[in-house]
Amino acid sequence: MTTESTSHTAAATGATAVNTGLAQMLKGGVIMDVVTREQARIAEDAGAVAVMALERVPADIRATGGVARMSDPDLITGIIDEVSIPVMAKARIGHFVEAQILEHLKVDYIDESEVLSPADYIHHIDKSKFKVPFVCGATNLGEALRRITEGASMIRSKGEAGTGDVSEAMKHIRTINGEIARLTSLAEDELYLAAKELQAPYALVKQIAREGRLPVVLFVAGGVATPADAAMMMQMGADGVFVGSGIFKSGNPAERAAAIVKATTYYDDPAVVAEASKGLGEAMVGINVADLPAPHRLAERGW
Amino acid sequence: MSTPRIGVLALQGAVAEHARALRAAGAEVSTVRRPSELEGLDGLIVPGGESTTMARLAAPVRLLESIRERHAEGMAMFGTCAGMILMADQILDAEALTGFERIGGLDVVVRRNGYGGQLESFVGPLQVAGLPGDDTTPFEAVFIRAPVIESLGTDVEVIASWQDRPVAVRQGRILAASFHPELTPDHRLHRYFVEITAEHKVS
Repeated sequence: MTTESTSHTAAATGATAVNTGLAQMLKGGVIMDVVTREQARIAEDAGAVAVMALERVPADIRATGGVARMSDPDLITGIIDEVSIPVMAKARIGHFVEAQILEHLKVDYIDESEVLSPADYIHHIDKSKFKVPFVCGATNLGEALRRITEGASMIRSKGEAGTGDVSEAMKHIRTINGEIARLTSLAEDELYLAAKELQAPYALVKQIAREGRLPVVLFVAGGVATPADAAMMMQMGADGVFVGSGIFKSGNPAERAAAIVKATTYYDDPAVVAEASKGLGEAMVGINVADLPAPHRLAERGW
Repeated sequence: MSTPRIGVLALQGAVAEHARALRAAGAEVSTVRRPSELEGLDGLIVPGGESTTMARLAAPVRLLESIRERHAEGMAMFGTCAGMILMADQILDAEALTGFERIGGLDVVVRRNGYGGQLESFVGPLQVAGLPGDDTTPFEAVFIRAPVIESLGTDVEVIASWQDRPVAVRQGRILAASFHPELTPDHRLHRYFVEITAEHKVS
């Protein structure tokens, strides 16, 4: 990652169009957390649109504690070799060297993720310096717009990873949708104050107010564990879903993964979602977010 | 001439973008997730997305077989990226599609992710031949983990090439592109497809 290659990128490859465009190709799909090549193969066979390569799923990060970091490059390269769908990988918030490594490994997308331990409690990665696209978490519109300003090509609402409790995912998508709806109802001269309150650039706020949607794809993450959870997020207007611990911490990962894929496509058809929900065995055990002490809530990481 | 009715396969991928472009190009648009939704369509777009995902979602309802049958009855088809892969008669590097039904009908050999991963994705100015009004303004073509057309049959007409490789082709009432015309505000290829559909109008 050099300055020279960055300027080359902007000129010759139209970085924005191809990077926001890849996220558009993932729409209506399910992105699954995987920690081994075997899991990556199961995810692709179940119809995942992409896999997220990481060392431990969020439920295990939560259980083990300690500092959670980028995965071993060998693991990531192995997963890239294993599947034909896009491979994403996580870097710690603000850890631009982990991001440089992931770009070097040729991952298709980097997730600057609150699920890992933050490397910088003030600044996020300057994503505009990279050719590889980034997805970032957000709990509200202001946070989403700050990430987009830094160069994120895709946003995922955070939810509360590793819990199997969908309530935070619901809260965040409702918050983001509600704040967008409010912007569209404001008079033009009220948008200056709105930008100040959102702590986001005025030009971007004005664009959202005019178009009534984010300029990038919005997926939902954090606590989606069942076909019904995924379908509900799609009915809430999500462009797609991330499923982390929900698949490989369940009794029957392959079937559950395929069922969530189906429910995401036919999200508005209760007959299909009901059929997909049958006989999946144990869902992940889960933790109620209300029982989590505040310092252990991952969604609060990011600024 | 009545307005052509064109569907967009909506299992996964850039569905809304194609629907918007088709409406701008003058078509009546609907989405297709079930065989019954193909009824009465004059044309169908199979969008970009992940071909592996679409093939798996289509299988239980035999949707790709139904598309093939409707095409044989006269429905026009336009495949972009993953859509072109599903329409190709032969695919290389397609282990993840083995055992799954495809649409077929386009006499080409295609290699999935032929240009490489996302870091090899690019935008390039493209000359597209035969557009309505012989328009020769370059097309801003967005290639994302795009498939490569390795070879093509004699009935397949190349309408655009990038670095000596065909990237947009027409074979009768099939149009296919390895890039994403739905991602840019230039709707000339969609208008071209609407014209092809009108020429072959079923109803």
